[in-house]
Amino acid sequence: MYAIDALQIGYGRRVLSTLDQVTVEPGEFICLLGRNGQGKSTLLRTLAGFIPAISGEVRLDDRPVRAWPAAERARKVAVVLTDRPQVGALRVRELVEMGRQPYTGWTGALSDEDRAISTEALEQVEGDHLRDRFVDSLSDGERQRVMIARALAQRPQVMLLDEITAFLDLPSRVTITATLRRIAHETGVSIILSSHDLELSLNAADRIWLLPGGGRFIDGAPEDVALSGAIGDAFNQANLVFSLQSGRFEKRGEARGAVFIDAVDTTAFWLQRAVERMGFAASNDAEGADLVIGHSAQGYSLEGETYPSVQRLSRAMGCKTAREA
Amino acid sequence: MSAGLIRSAVVGLALTALLLVVMLASLMIGQVMLSAGDVVAGLGSIGSGSMVSRIVVDLRLPRVLAAVIGGAALGLAGLLMQTLFRNPLADAWSLGLMAGGQFGAALVIVAGAIVGPGFLMVLTGFAGLGVVAGSVLGTLGVALAMSAMARRVGTVTLLVLGLMLGFLAQGLISVLLHFTNRSQGRIFAAWNDATFANVVWGDFVTLAPLLALGLLGSVVLAKPLTALLLGDVYAESLGVNVPRLRRLVLGATILLAAPVTAFCGPVAFVGLIVPHLARGLLGSARIGALIPATALIGAVLALAADLVVHLPWEQHFLHLNAILALIGAPLVILLLLRSRSLRGGEG
Repeated sequence: MYAIDALQIGYGRRVLSTLDQVTVEPGEFICLLGRNGQGKSTLLRTLAGFIPAISGEVRLDDRPVRAWPAAERARKVAVVLTDRPQVGALRVRELVEMGRQPYTGWTGALSDEDRAISTEALEQVEGDHLRDRFVDSLSDGERQRVMIARALAQRPQVMLLDEITAFLDLPSRVTITATLRRIAHETGVSIILSSHDLELSLNAADRIWLLPGGGRFIDGAPEDVALSGAIGDAFNQANLVFSLQSGRFEKRGEARGAVFIDAVDTTAFWLQRAVERMGFAASNDAEGADLVIGHSAQGYSLEGETYPSVQRLSRAMGCKTAREA
Repeated sequence: MSAGLIRSAVVGLALTALLLVVMLASLMIGQVMLSAGDVVAGLGSIGSGSMVSRIVVDLRLPRVLAAVIGGAALGLAGLLMQTLFRNPLADAWSLGLMAGGQFGAALVIVAGAIVGPGFLMVLTGFAGLGVVAGSVLGTLGVALAMSAMARRVGTVTLLVLGLMLGFLAQGLISVLLHFTNRSQGRIFAAWNDATFANVVWGDFVTLAPLLALGLLGSVVLAKPLTALLLGDVYAESLGVNVPRLRRLVLGATILLAAPVTAFCGPVAFVGLIVPHLARGLLGSARIGALIPATALIGAVLALAADLVVHLPWEQHFLHLNAILALIGAPLVILLLLRSRSLRGGEG
């Protein structure tokens, strides 16, 4: 599998990042995170052997990745990209079977085994019902699933996926990420997925590769990377910070006041979210709090008034702060 | 056996049968009408010097064969270029390759006129290798320019560039001919009208091997070209050497399109629409499956258009490109309206 040694990635002389000693084991599901321009795509292209490294090397099965003949490399590394090429009258089945090209002769004639492998690949992404559809008629989510099947049909050891969920809606992103995780674990293919979905990646990945900028590269379990504070370094902005308490991004700034929430369970959880969204801090003690919110069958109470919905409550709180300020 | 294979076989057989019927009709119909029996008799008595034999074998058969292999070659060249440029309206005509070929041929003709007394042979026969070489070089020049520009501009811009190159070539050709003499101009104009009727038996010695090489190239390149449907990066990830593939495809395109242009003039629309008809008939975009269908449809279309031109009209004002435009232009308009990438302007 991959063994990376003192690898400098980038274009021309511009070094985007340096990776010291990194190895990739079979069946790992790795999410590659970082802001735009930090070298996610460059790293994937370097790993795929499409572009040379500035220095250092990527070894694939004990041989530099670019030293493999193209057809042999295509049996080891498969890629899926963001782009949605228009392919005209190409059917899903034919597209997936293209993944067998590195194995077929010059005519591209498929053996029964090639067909069986293609069918299996389509089943692995739960796309068997799409078999005879035209690729151009698929939704974006279906199309990317089929592209993953095509990559799987190459029977690679590693799959490199470059922001393949960028155009998808949230349910499709969650489904595809879960599918990839399952495929990595079931088939032993290593999957490296670059993504902007930080929270989704932290939940699903076995391992996070983070390009926080400044030429650094951080590698570890999601929890290691979170606890190291590197995610904050990479993504924090003036008014948005990654919270280690909640595992999500939260607004930063002085709290407008402390609020005690007199409610239980899920109501308490969602009221706390609303309060924080409004710029208040949740308080554990009713005495020291500036405001107290209660919950009853009638709705939510604030300073003697009862509001039927959180939206009404929020509006009232908004006025409150405005007056205080 | 898969449904796709059965469909390919049925389409292939039907097209072959259709081609044979149109070939027979083309041999029968003309200013002198012959029966099917006459045609067979004429073909059977090659060299006998009989009237029927002369009409069928010496006059009509070269034209028919030229239309068949010329149409097939232009269709294939269109398929190669549409795949290479990932542009559904690319072909040797729309991207100006033919204009380049015309310009090259005109240059050679005019240069021959100025340089040496052998030019008359070149002008009258069009069999001179000089014209072929000029046409091939002109086509090659435009092909290289187009492939260099294709990476920088969008689908529609490339087509407009091709059209402009065509106008530019026409302008240059006009200027060239203006400074030679009138008879040359008339001969060139006749060639420029695109017809398969100028091809004589001797021309096939040049035409056939070049087209055969181009066909062979298309067949060999079918597999990596199919991968190229997904774009450069996907093709590379499937083990294709993309820069080398581009060069080879351009080479095959020129082998297919340039000789036809040299001998038959700039035949419009065939390369543009035939690949779309093939995709529609087969319901597939795999290049391997499309090659035989494209060649057959190209042959049928070119021959049918040529047959319309050569019906026993009282006057001779009908041109091959006029017939092809009547079929081709509406189809192209339909494609423009239906294609997402073209309708959006740039893509």
